[in-house]
Amino acid sequence: MSAGSQAITGRNPITGSEIGNRAMLTVLALLIALPCVVVLFSTFKSQGDIIRNPISPPVPTRNVVLPESCLAADALGSKRGSECVQTPNVQGYRDANEAHILRSFKNSLLVVSGSVFLTLLFSAMTAFAVTRIGGATAGALFGLFTLGMAVPSQVNGITQYAMFSKLHLTNSLLGLVIVNIAATLPVSVFILTGFMRTLPKELFEAAVVDGAGNWTLFRKVVVPLSVPSLAAVGIFLLVMHWNDLWYPYLFITDPEKYTLPRTLAEFKGEFSTNYAALFAGVAIASAPLVLAYVFLQRWFIAGLTSGAVKG
Amino acid sequence: MPRKSTGVIKRRPLLLFAAPALVVYGVCFVIPTFQALFYSLFSWEGPGGEDRVFIDIENYKTKLFDDTMFKTSVGVTLKFMFLVVIFQTLVALLFSLKLVKDTKPTIFLRALYFFPTILSSTAVAFIWNFIYDPSDAGLVSGILRSLGIDYRPAFLASPNTALWCLIFTQVWFHAGQMMVVFVAGLQGIPKDFTEAASIDGATKWQTFRKVTWPLLGPATGIVVAYTTLQSFRAFDLVYVMTQGGPGDSNATRLLSYHIVQTAFGSRAFGEAAAESVVFMALIALVTFLQRRVLKVMGADVKGHN
Repeated sequence: MSAGSQAITGRNPITGSEIGNRAMLTVLALLIALPCVVVLFSTFKSQGDIIRNPISPPVPTRNVVLPESCLAADALGSKRGSECVQTPNVQGYRDANEAHILRSFKNSLLVVSGSVFLTLLFSAMTAFAVTRIGGATAGALFGLFTLGMAVPSQVNGITQYAMFSKLHLTNSLLGLVIVNIAATLPVSVFILTGFMRTLPKELFEAAVVDGAGNWTLFRKVVVPLSVPSLAAVGIFLLVMHWNDLWYPYLFITDPEKYTLPRTLAEFKGEFSTNYAALFAGVAIASAPLVLAYVFLQRWFIAGLTSGAVKG
Repeated sequence: MPRKSTGVIKRRPLLLFAAPALVVYGVCFVIPTFQALFYSLFSWEGPGGEDRVFIDIENYKTKLFDDTMFKTSVGVTLKFMFLVVIFQTLVALLFSLKLVKDTKPTIFLRALYFFPTILSSTAVAFIWNFIYDPSDAGLVSGILRSLGIDYRPAFLASPNTALWCLIFTQVWFHAGQMMVVFVAGLQGIPKDFTEAASIDGATKWQTFRKVTWPLLGPATGIVVAYTTLQSFRAFDLVYVMTQGGPGDSNATRLLSYHIVQTAFGSRAFGEAAAESVVFMALIALVTFLQRRVLKVMGADVKGHN
């Protein structure tokens, strides 16, 4: 490459507005990264260090004298609390565990996997029906589901509670799965139908000529071809359901049945001054999606944006 | 040569494919939505309470004319919605303009700005409770103290600033997601259009106003509509951060929170149902008005393809 073309294609000298741009981008980056990092650090810090050195990493601090009360015999039990430990420590995680965060983790896994799988299955089948039937029936079916996108669950949650309470489906993980499916069917049907309509018609006809029934056509042809959009909707549903507080708040009062966000919300009363435990809860509840996001960013961004675009 | 398909598609078996979804959606979504209309005409304590009594439109009269807390809540909800829509749209648009090109730094920044979207609102509420905490343990208080500044902003503790703090948190939470929508919209605008404008001597602002903004209409429509719905749904932040307060101020009493309090706190399901119906009407009205406003502002929300 000659020196001349280098000058044209190479980096422009940094101008004033460019400095402004970079400053703006950096400020927002810090505004997002800093709180998250501080919260993660704090899970390993003593209460004293959280207050004294709010943004420092969880490295051992010198000359820390534990309060007198920590030396008392009863303070050496399991509930010593984060003021009686040195940085770094995992006392916050111990406290969170004692507040049954792992039990709720298991509940969340059950509810979310059931909700995501069944919503995907039911909405893919519906999208298939809409695509294949055509005409007014398809229009009516599609319209019925998509109208639901305009009704946030904060509007019908109260009456859903009344109905589920009558059916003895409150305080039940099954009840949560059912209401989750009902709440997210509209957007999933909408996205999946949009995708299946782009599949070439010949594909369906060829399969019909080969004597394949609708079920075979759905299972062997349509589902495999729809994997990208199923994955996008699946990620959207995963994030929605994993993070949902609304339905567990309305439907579940038995702590044994709490999902993660529900248990976490209770931490406010339980650990109001114990930030290490509170943030250990935040870290545990966020870890699965954060780890998945690190490796599957593109998929997450595409999936969650398809939810936004359509929902 | 492809043969014409002989079998006429049978309707009934295909409808069976939609059956599971229809049953769940019909029973657990459509019926409850209409039940709100029905229950709103009754005085009812809710499930397990005494029998409901038909009182015609009495609940609506109370809500619309007498109930000052409900009216306050409607006002707070509209203010929150309006300000979140303005700020979130502006922030997302401003930053997306800097992140259109697919380079390594921009892809990284987009992923970073998007990050809060995958957190639960409960987690976000705790993070911001910590940032806003006016005690020694709060992040802002701590940073100010270590800088030698002896000032502790009240944040959530003052009725004057609490709602603004929630708005800031909401925008922090979701602006990255809306940036991605704008970036996709911007990338869909052919380069020739903006280049032609600048060759014709248009300034950057003129190019944006006359070329980019109108063509970005569909993306803007999506961002505004989604942000609006999202702001109406913001129950979790209020529940964890302010409980509608601080104190009895009702400064952050969003409708989503207020309706739950009416139903479960006051055991007034009939009234809560009436409030839900008003809420729904409000959402429909706001959505309708927004489309009109965007149209007047020259953004072609329906799309150009």
